[in-house]
Amino acid sequence: MPVVTWLKRRLVVIAGLLTLAYLLLPNVIVTVFSFNKPKGRFNYQWQQFSTSAWKDPCGVAGMCGSLSVSLQIAVWATLGATLLGTMIAFALVRYRFRARGAINSLIFLPMAMPEVVMAASLLTLFLNMGAQLGFLTILIAHIMFCLSFVVTAVKARVMSMDPRLEEAARDLYAGPVQTFLRVTLPIAAPGIAAGALLSFALSFDDFIITNFNAGSTVTFPMFVWGSAQRGTPVQINVIGTAMFLVAVLFVLTSMVIGNRRNKKA
Amino acid sequence: MTTTDHSGDVRLTGIGKTYGSFTAVHPLDLTVPQGSFFALLGASGCGKTTTLRMIAGLEEPSCGTVHLGDQDVTHLPPYKRPVNTVFQSYALFPHLDIFENVAFGLRRRGVKSVKKQVEEMLELVQLGEQARKKPHQLSGGQQQRVAVARALINHPKVLLLDEPLGALDLKLRRQMQLELKRIQTEVGITFIHVTHDQEEAMTMADTVAVMNAGRVEQLGAPTDLYENPQTTFVANFLGTSNLIEAEVDTRNGDDVVLKAGGGKLVLPAARCSAPAAAGGKVLVGVRPEKIALTHADDAGAIPEGRNRLTGRIADASFIGVSTQYVIDSPVCDELAVYVQNVERDGRLVPGADVVLHWNPAHTFGLDAAQDIDAGVETVEEEAA
Repeated sequence: MPVVTWLKRRLVVIAGLLTLAYLLLPNVIVTVFSFNKPKGRFNYQWQQFSTSAWKDPCGVAGMCGSLSVSLQIAVWATLGATLLGTMIAFALVRYRFRARGAINSLIFLPMAMPEVVMAASLLTLFLNMGAQLGFLTILIAHIMFCLSFVVTAVKARVMSMDPRLEEAARDLYAGPVQTFLRVTLPIAAPGIAAGALLSFALSFDDFIITNFNAGSTVTFPMFVWGSAQRGTPVQINVIGTAMFLVAVLFVLTSMVIGNRRNKKA
Repeated sequence: MTTTDHSGDVRLTGIGKTYGSFTAVHPLDLTVPQGSFFALLGASGCGKTTTLRMIAGLEEPSCGTVHLGDQDVTHLPPYKRPVNTVFQSYALFPHLDIFENVAFGLRRRGVKSVKKQVEEMLELVQLGEQARKKPHQLSGGQQQRVAVARALINHPKVLLLDEPLGALDLKLRRQMQLELKRIQTEVGITFIHVTHDQEEAMTMADTVAVMNAGRVEQLGAPTDLYENPQTTFVANFLGTSNLIEAEVDTRNGDDVVLKAGGGKLVLPAARCSAPAAAGGKVLVGVRPEKIALTHADDAGAIPEGRNRLTGRIADASFIGVSTQYVIDSPVCDELAVYVQNVERDGRLVPGADVVLHWNPAHTFGLDAAQDIDAGVETVEEEAA
């Protein structure tokens, strides 16, 4: 039975390819449909090839504005969450203080709690405080839920770090600031970067919490949701494809840089 | 550098360290002269590493002072002390290549052109080719040499080595011991070496301080410590000792005559660290290789004036260069005797009756109030 043998030998590869297809098929569909010229308002059926949406990505009213809002929130939320999260992670690993154990588990809560519950309770909080819903309330909410991811990523890295490394730096004439900048930070960097990337992705595509606390501000996910009620412009697929390409490019560049560094060494 | 230069002396005065109610190091005084190779020897947990870390500034002493030459450095942070450390785990910076690891100390002190110095230092430790590799790409022995180079390039007044060879296999360890000794002779810097390996301490160091439970038990040159231990811990921890309980009989000039079992043993008074009043108890010690074995049938041929004991061979193990016997004797059940395999007597097999004899000058006396087995178990643990 040559066919069975052939299958047996390549089972792992076939399973791998099928999984990859499963993961990437939605992205392919999004890309394909960004070149569609739909009849009517909905872009759900293939009609005809066209590049008109790519030539005019901001042709839909309000879409690029919402994209810019989303990007701004994502950047600020990433900065805020990464900074705070890194400091919390260092404090949790390095110092022994009262309620350390409690904080260690409480920090996981936002990850475990259903988003809709968090969204509703945040809204209640903001309303009771008399806060004006908008850019700032979205940002505060995003920093909050991104924080746990950053803490988790950085903590793992700091925990695996040999404390002797910092002692060695101090022994080799590096003061506290130099030790932090030259040794601690570079070694913790991969964890911090992972936390930051996660934060950006989570903040950029968050819908539930944002929708509750946005007031009249419209982010990109909210815009997509809103327009899906009335019809889906092809430009949404264009932005989606572009985001995917940027992410792929990002991964490829970091791989190339990593390879080159290893070769040089 | 001359012998009158004391700027590299390390002087510890009444230095001690406590953690809560636990005393890691009891207040101790220690002077390490400039240019010497000094070893702190002891089992794990004896306070040797803590002592080293207090000299480095990585640990704040609970009491006492640390002087480098004439400078009081007790309260200086590590980055302001002219002292560098080679860590047990090497602690090489994983994100920097070998060149940058070695250059780290120079760069932090604002030295501009480091290239020549770093290259020379890498040559000294024979790693010139590896300059652009990352630490994880090197073998354990190579990493160890990088750690030494990284510390030495700063020309510290004192180099501290915290079990630097602990992670290497035996063969490499022997090689690195000679290498470190060579480097020390070449650069003339004071080395303070912490180790639990008594052979390592004895082969490398000029002076060894044996530590036990946060105290220095004895300090001296390796031969001095080995030939004339003053506590049971030192006698058992450094090599092997036969310790026999005996009673002081009489004093005969410079010698003390002791009763052990039915026989008499002679001990030079100068080699007895215990009060030798008549009737008092003393532990008589003798190293296994100092003892000669003669079959009981030939007992008459043994010269006069030697200390003698009788016994029966319980076990004999041939290890090539020598044969190690365990002798069952009325005064002590397990006497160890190492005999060089020059002329082997075929009658010396388990079960044979023998006479053990040795030159009284090789006998040492210890205070019988101590634990006779102190330091024994630790040796077995480390050997395992």
